[in-house]
Parts: sequence; structure tokens; C-alpha cells
Amino acid sequence: MTRLRAFFGFLYDFVVGDDSLIAVAVVVALGVTAAVASGDVAAWWIVPVVVAAALGASLLRATSPAKRER
Amino acid sequence: MSREVLLFLSVFLASSVEGVEAVTIVLAAGLTTGWRSALSGVAVALLVLAGIVAGLGPALTALPIDVLRLVVGGLLLVFGLQWLRKAILRSSGFKELHDEEAIFEHELEAARAAGSASRQAGWAINPYGFTVSFKGVLLEGLEVAFIAVTFGSNQHDVPLAAIAAVTAVIVVVAAGVAVRAPLSRVPENTLKYAVGVMLTSFGMFWGAEGAGASWPGGDASIPALIAFTLLLSWGLVFGLRRRRARLSAVGARTVAAGAR
Repeated sequence: MTRLRAFFGFLYDFVVGDDSLIAVAVVVALGVTAAVASGDVAAWWIVPVVVAAALGASLLRATSPAKRER
Repeated sequence: MSREVLLFLSVFLASSVEGVEAVTIVLAAGLTTGWRSALSGVAVALLVLAGIVAGLGPALTALPIDVLRLVVGGLLLVFGLQWLRKAILRSSGFKELHDEEAIFEHELEAARAAGSASRQAGWAINPYGFTVSFKGVLLEGLEVAFIAVTFGSNQHDVPLAAIAAVTAVIVVVAAGVAVRAPLSRVPENTLKYAVGVMLTSFGMFWGAEGAGASWPGGDASIPALIAFTLLLSWGLVFGLRRRRARLSAVGARTVAAGAR
């Protein structure tokens, strides 16, 4: 059980990393892209826009005086 | 120009583009996480690829390549953003730069102390390096196989298409080996920054393509995505440096007020 928990802990750290906001944003961006593209509308711009917003938000969180990453 | 020459050139050029993408990913992983991890990922990917190609043959085109692109692209994008986030924090001074000499000394000391155990540790595989190389080579390898099978079947000459694809891969790998040495002299932190930019850019490209989006200009949009990611990261570094200076000034004023 402990090994299983350790494995899932490793898997979570491996995929999600320091900030879960990034992983969530990527899933949302790809989901919205798939939904928009299925309607024959240009959807290539969605991922870059969400990536820029998520990266900026994640960095602001990491550097806020209350939660400084070291 | 004869039909054979046209077929060879078409497959060679299309496969070269895919090959360059795979070699870029492997170079990035090898230079930052170690060659053992990256090359292990390449070897396992080639084994899986050989099994798929041998098992499916011409039925290869029935594989859901878009699903693979979506999964691989999504994971590369998450990995790339994690690397880029750390690189931006380091460049803006919010996270300490790696002291590479201190890390080397520490590892050397640990290896000496561990004796025979250090040999085992030397074989340890970095999961990021392995996974990134594995996925890059498997996806791009499948795309090269697709190109050879589809172009070759259309022109009723799969062997010639396969020769063109293999030639392209050999040429691109040779070019990758040639640039490996000069790249290894680039400082570690700069490399990690570059890897974050490359993984993020390729992740955006493959992920969106797998989700059904069409990039303007197809593969030609990859350099534009790299430029976009670089500009975005530089902008964020610039903004965070100003933020850090502001926070330091506020901290200094608070300390001065407390001393009075």
C-alpha cells in the first residue's frame, strides 16, 4: 500500500509538477481547442493564448510575497 | 523529373522535417538530463516502433495518430511549461541558479562514499529525459512510417519510399551528432531555458494538432511558435525582475523603519 501510494505520488509529481494550475490549464486548452475545431472554426490560437495566461498566472502566484518559492 | 525521383524527394523532405523534430527533442533531453536516459528512451521507442511497423505493416495508417499527437503534445506541453517556469524564476532572480560546480563536487563526494553503490547510481535513469525522448521518437517515428507507407502506396513503390525515409533519418541523426559537441558547451541553465522553450513550442504544436486544430502553414508554424514562446518568456523575465526590485525596495524601507 505504501509502495502504491509512493508510486502515485511520484506519478503526480512527474506529470503535474510544482503548480497544478499549469496541468489544468493545458487540459482545458486542449479540450476547448477540440470543441472549437470540431465546429470547423480556426482553433490554433487557443493553446498559445491559454499557455501565456497560465504561465503568467503561475509565476505571479510563485512570486507573491505571501508564497515565495525558494 | 521521373516519378521515382519525385517520390524519393517528397518522402525524404517530409521525413527530414519529422526527423529534425525528434532529434531536437532527444538533443534537448540528452544535454540536460544525461545521454543514458535520453538514449534509453530512444532505444525503447525504436523497439516499440519496430514492433508496431512489423505487426501492422500497411495497416499502420489505421492507427489513431491524432490521439497520439494529443497525448504526447499535452504531456510535452506540461513538462515544457514546468521547465520554462523554473527557468524564468531563475533568470529573474526569484529562484537560485544551480551552482553546477558545487553539485558536481557533492555528487563526486557521494560517489566516493557510496563505493560500489555509486556504480548502481550511475545507471540511474532520469524519468524526464527517458520519457521525453521516448515520446518524441515514437511519435515522429510513426509519422515517418506513415509518410513512407502513404506516399509509397499511392505511387505503388513502398520500398523506394522506405529507402528515402531511412536516408532522411540517417542524414538528420548525423547532423544531430555533429551539433551535439558545440551544444554541450552551453551553460546548464541556458540549456534548461532553451529546453523549456522547445518542449513548450512542440507541445503546443502537437497538442493543438491532435485536438483537431490546423496550424497556418503546417509544420512551418513551429519556428513562429518558438519565437512566440521566447518573446513571452523574455517579457515575463523582464516583468518579474521589476517586481523583484519593487519587493526588495519595500523590504528595505520596512527594515529601515523598524531600525528607527
